[in-house]
Amino acid sequence: MILLIQYTLIFASVLLLVALGGCFSEHSGVINIGLEGIMVMGALGGALMMKFLPGDTSAFMMILLVVLASVILGALYSLLLAVASINFKADQTLVGSAMNLLGAAGATVFVKAMNTAEDVNNVSSTIQYIEAKKAFIVNIGGFEFNWFMLLAIIALVLSYITLYKTRFGLRLMACGEHPQAADSVGINVCKMRYAGVLISGVLGGLGGIVYITAGVSEWKFENGVAGFGFLALAVMIFGQWKPLRIALAALLFGLFRALSNVYTGIGFLNALQLPSALYNMLPYIISLLVLAFTSKKSRAPKAEGIPYDKGMR
Amino acid sequence: MKKEKTPLMRRSGFQTLLASLACILIGLLIGYIALLIINPAGANEAISTILKNFLTYSKPKTQLKYLGNTLVKTAPLLMCSLSVLFAYKAGLFNIGAAGQYVVGAGASLYLALGLGMPWYVCLIAAIAAGALLGAIPGLLKAYRNVNEVISCIMLNWISLYSVNILLNKVKEPTSPYTYVLSNTNSDAIIPSLGLSKLFSKNQYVTIAIPMAVLVAVLIWVILEKTKLGYELKATGFNKNAAKYCGMKEKKNLVLTMSISGALAGMGAGMFFLTGFEQWSCTQSAVPAMGFNGIAAAFLGGLNPIGVIFSSYFIQHITNGGAYVDKTMYSAQISDFVSAIIIYLCGFVFFFKYAYSNWLSRKDEKKNANASDSQEGGDAE
Amino acid sequence: MEQPYAIEMLNITKRFPGIVANDNITLQLKKGEIHALLGENGAGKSTLMSVLFGLYRPEEGVIKKDGQIVEIKDPNDANALGIGMVHQHFKLVECFSVLDNIIMGMEPCKHGFLQKAEAREKVMALSDKYGLSVDPDALVEDITVGMQQRTEILKMLYRENEILIFDEPTAVLTPQEIDELMQIMRGLAAEGKSILFISHKLNEIMSVADRCSVLRKGKYIGTVNIADTSREELSRMMVGRDVEFKVRKADAKPADTILKVENLTVASKVHSNNAVKGVSFEARAGEIVCIAGIDGNGQTELVYGITGLEPVKSGKVTLCGKDITSAPIRQRSIMGMSHIPEDRHKHGMVLDYSLEYNLVLQRYFEPEFVNKAGFLKRSAIRAYAERLIKQFDVRSGQGPVTTARSMSGGNQQKAIVAREMDKETKLLIAVQPTRGLDIGAIEYIHKQIVAQRDAGKAVLLVSLELDEVMALADRILVMYEGEIVGELDPKTTSVEELGLYMAGAKREEAK
Repeated sequence: MILLIQYTLIFASVLLLVALGGCFSEHSGVINIGLEGIMVMGALGGALMMKFLPGDTSAFMMILLVVLASVILGALYSLLLAVASINFKADQTLVGSAMNLLGAAGATVFVKAMNTAEDVNNVSSTIQYIEAKKAFIVNIGGFEFNWFMLLAIIALVLSYITLYKTRFGLRLMACGEHPQAADSVGINVCKMRYAGVLISGVLGGLGGIVYITAGVSEWKFENGVAGFGFLALAVMIFGQWKPLRIALAALLFGLFRALSNVYTGIGFLNALQLPSALYNMLPYIISLLVLAFTSKKSRAPKAEGIPYDKGMR
Repeated sequence: MKKEKTPLMRRSGFQTLLASLACILIGLLIGYIALLIINPAGANEAISTILKNFLTYSKPKTQLKYLGNTLVKTAPLLMCSLSVLFAYKAGLFNIGAAGQYVVGAGASLYLALGLGMPWYVCLIAAIAAGALLGAIPGLLKAYRNVNEVISCIMLNWISLYSVNILLNKVKEPTSPYTYVLSNTNSDAIIPSLGLSKLFSKNQYVTIAIPMAVLVAVLIWVILEKTKLGYELKATGFNKNAAKYCGMKEKKNLVLTMSISGALAGMGAGMFFLTGFEQWSCTQSAVPAMGFNGIAAAFLGGLNPIGVIFSSYFIQHITNGGAYVDKTMYSAQISDFVSAIIIYLCGFVFFFKYAYSNWLSRKDEKKNANASDSQEGGDAE
Repeated sequence: MEQPYAIEMLNITKRFPGIVANDNITLQLKKGEIHALLGENGAGKSTLMSVLFGLYRPEEGVIKKDGQIVEIKDPNDANALGIGMVHQHFKLVECFSVLDNIIMGMEPCKHGFLQKAEAREKVMALSDKYGLSVDPDALVEDITVGMQQRTEILKMLYRENEILIFDEPTAVLTPQEIDELMQIMRGLAAEGKSILFISHKLNEIMSVADRCSVLRKGKYIGTVNIADTSREELSRMMVGRDVEFKVRKADAKPADTILKVENLTVASKVHSNNAVKGVSFEARAGEIVCIAGIDGNGQTELVYGITGLEPVKSGKVTLCGKDITSAPIRQRSIMGMSHIPEDRHKHGMVLDYSLEYNLVLQRYFEPEFVNKAGFLKRSAIRAYAERLIKQFDVRSGQGPVTTARSMSGGNQQKAIVAREMDKETKLLIAVQPTRGLDIGAIEYIHKQIVAQRDAGKAVLLVSLELDEVMALADRILVMYEGEIVGELDPKTTSVEELGLYMAGAKREEAK
C-alpha cells in the first residue's frame, strides 16, 4: 500500500509539473503538443548532469544542478516551438509532433554517441544514475520521499500565484483569450507568448527528469518518455486549464498509472485479473469523455492555436 | 482573354517541390553536422551510407532483396501519409493516423492469428477498424465540437493499450511478441503473386506494395476527379463557402475522418500481414509510423502522387540509418533527420506565402508603372 | 469666449491604391463638447479614426493636441495622449472579471503582484462619479451588453483619457440602455471630457451632440452647431446629392408571390438581443424589393435566416408556397433560390479553386456535371464555364483555369453573379452586389439585375448604397434596428426622406 501511495505521488508530481507547463503555454495562446519531446530533453539534461557530477557532490548541490540542467535544456528546446509558431505562424500541431519525434531521436543519437565514445562495445542508449539518484530520496519508514514531490507542490503554488495574483499572469491569460484586446491596451502579445512557451519548457523539462528518476535508476532514451507528455495534456484538459484542478487530476491519473505498476500487490485488484494496460488506458478514456461532455462550455483558452496577426484588428 | 502559360517559378506545384527539396537538403545538412560533431572521421561515409541504403551491398541480388525490405515498410508509411493528407485536404489534422494504424494492426493480427481468417478478410477488418476509430473524432467534432487533434491523441493511446490487451491472447507464451504469421496461419499472408521473385525471393514483398501505390492513385482520382473530392476540398479551403452552397459539412466531416482512418488501418494490415514483424504486446509507445506519415504527407507537398516519393524517401533514409557504422553512430540518426525535415515543413507555408507575396508586390509595381494598359483589373 | 480645441485633425488626406479615403478632412474637437461624426458607410470615418490611432499614416495633414502638433505612430502613442476609444466590437476578455478588464495593461502593482484592493477603490470611485454602475467581480461573459459597454468606458476613464471616442455605441443597445448611455455621455462632457460620437442615427445626434461634422465619400462636407440645424439638414448633408446611376427600366409588373417572410426573428451573433425582430414582407415575381438601411441593422441576419445560413428563432419563410423555414440550404437552392452573398470571400467563392470550379459551385451535383459513378464531367464543366465567362464577360488571366484568388474583385463578383443568375431560379437574393466595384462593373451588374426581374424572377436586393436603392428598387423596405420601419415607393420618395427612415428619425406605425 505504501508502494502505491509512493508511486501515485511521484507520478502525480510528474504529471502536475508537465501539465502546469502545458497550462502556461496554452494560456498564452500556443498549443503545446511537443511536451513529450520537451520532457525527453529535460530528462537528458538531468541524466547527463547526474552522470558527470562527481560522486561526492552534496545532496543539495546535486539536486540544484540536476534541476538546473533539466530546466535549461527543456526551455531551450521549447524555443523551437516558440520561434516556429510565434514568429513564423507555423502549424502548431505539425511543429509539436516534429518536436516529439526529434526529442526522442535526438536524445538517442546523442546518448548512443556518448556511450560508444566511452566504450566501443556499448551501443545502448542507456544512462545510469544509481548513486546520484540517492540524493533525491529520503527514506521515511519504508516510504521513499522524493524531493521532487516537494518541488511539484512548490511549482503548483507558484503557478497558482503567478496566474491569478500577478500582473504577468493577467496579461498572459489575456493573450490566450483575446490577443486583440491585450494588444489594444499595450501588451506585447509576442513577448507574452514566448514567456508562456518558455515556462512550459522549464516545467516540462523538470517533469522529464522527475519521470526518469521515479522508479528506476537508469533510462533507455530510445523509449522517450512513453507518452507521459500526452498524458499530461490529458491531465491539463481534465483539470480545465486551472492549476488546482490540474493538481487533483494529476493525483487521479497518477493513481491509475501507479495501479498499473503495482496492482498485483493489492489483494482485491489482483483478484480482478484486469490487465495493467487497462489502468494505463483509463486516464485517456476519462479525458475523452470529459471532452465530449464539456466541450460546449470548455474553459480552453479561446485564442489557443491561432497565430496572432497584428494586422487583424 | 489571352491564355498565357504560367511561368515555372509561379506554379504552386513547382514552388512546393522546391520547398520540399530545400527541407530535405537542410535536414540532411543538419544531420551531417550532427555526424561531424559525434565523430568527424566517419561522417562522410555515414551520410552516404544513409543515402545509399540497400546500395551499400555490392551484389545486385542482395541490393534487390534489401530494396524489397525498404519497400515493404514504405507501403504502410505511404498509407499513413495518405491518411494524413486526405484529412488535411478537408481541413482536418489527423494526428490520429498513429492510433488508426494500431487498431488496423490489432484487427488484422487477431483475425489472422486468433480466428484463422484468410488475408483478405484480415485486411478488410484492418480497414474497418481504422475507419471506425477515425469516425470517432469525426463524430466528436461534428456533434460535440471537440478539437480533432486532442481527441485523436487520446484515441492513439486508448488504441495502443486496447490492442495490447487484445493481442495478448495470440502471443507467444515466452515472449511479448505475437505468433509468427507464417507458422500459424500462412493463408493470412498477403500473396506475392511472383513479386518476391523480382526481389531476390524476398518473401515479404507482396502485392501490398503495388496496392499501396494504387491506393495513392485512387486517392488522387477521388480528390481531383470526383464530386466527393470536389466537396471535401471545398470544405478544406473554405468551410463557409461549402456551407453556403449547401454541402453537408457534418456528414462530410465524419466521412473524411472515416476514410482517413481506413487508409491508416489498411496500411497496418498491409504491413503486419506480410509477417515482416510481430506485434510486441508490451510496447509502451504508439508506433511512429503514423507520425512519420505526417512527415511524408507534408514533405510530399500534400499531393497523393508526391507522397509516394516522399514516403519512399523517408523509409529509404530510415532503413539506410540501419547500415551506419554502429561503433560510431546510431541508427536513429535517420529518425533525427526525418524529424528535422518535418519541423522544417512547418515553415514551408510561411515561406511560400512570403514568396508569393513578394511576387505579387513585384506585379503591383509593374502594374503601377504601366497603369494605362488594362491588366484584367477592375476597370473594364 | 472661444473654447480651446482638445484635438484637431487638420487637412488630413489618406490615399489607398485607386481611392482617396480621406480627402482634405478637418475635424476639430473642443474641450468638453460632444461632437458627432456623421457619414454613410464608406464616407471615410473609420479611416479617419485609424489615422488618429496611428494605424495609418496620412499623406497630408497634421494632428494637434491642445494646439501642439503631435505625431501618432501607433495606438500606444494615442493612449499616451489621452485618446481612448470604445470600439464597436468590445475588446474585453470574456472570462475575466470586469475589474481585471478595466485595469489590464495599467495594473497597480507591488513587486509584480496585483494590488486589486487599490484598483477596486479607484474603479469604484470613477463608477460613482460618472454614474457608471458595474459589478466589478462579475465575469464579462455573464453581464449585459450595456454593462460591458460601461466597462469599456471605465477602461478609458481609468486611463485618465481626456478624449473619448465612441464608435457606433448604440448599435448593440436596447432603447433603455441607449438613454442611459446618453446620460453618461452628457455627464462625462460636463466633467470636462471631450467626446467624439461616431453615428448615423440622427435622433441620437440631435439629442446629445453639441456640434456635428459630416463626411461624404471621403470628403469633408462641413461642421454645424446642433442648436442651429435640423434633422433634415443633417440628412441632406449626409446623403444629399443627385442619384448617380440611372438605370433604364420599365415599370414592374408584379405577378405571383415568390417569397413570403412572416414574423421572422433571428438571433444575433454579437450581442444577446435579436438581430431581426419579427420581420414580415413579400417579394413577387417580376419586382425588385429592396431592403435599405444602414449597416448592422439586421439585414445580414435577415438574409442568413432566409437563405438558411443561420437557423431562425421564430417565424416562417415560404418559397413559392412551400414552407422552407428549416429546409437545408441545398434544397432551397434546388427549389429556385439564388444568393449573391454579402461577403464574396467568406461565402461566395472558394478562392483556391479555379474559376470554372467556382462557376459550378451551385450546380456541380447536377447530372450535367457529374456522372452516376460520382466523377465530375470535366469537359462539361469547362464548356459551361466558357459559356458563362463569355456571356458575363468575366475577365481573368488564364480563363477557366485561373485561380479565383488571383482575379480582381470586380471579376470575382461577376463570376458569382454569373453563377447565381444562370441557374434555374425563381428568387434572386443579392446582398450588396456591387460593393467595392468600379462604375463600369456596377452598371453591368445593375443591368443584369433588372434583366432578371424582367425575366419574371423575384429579386430581393439588400443594399447600403442609397443610389443603388433608388435606381433599382420597385419597392423599398427600410430596416432599422432589426425591424422594417417603412415601405417607400422610389418614384414618390426622396433620398432625404429615405435617409430619415434609415437613421431612425422617422418610422411608419405598424400597419
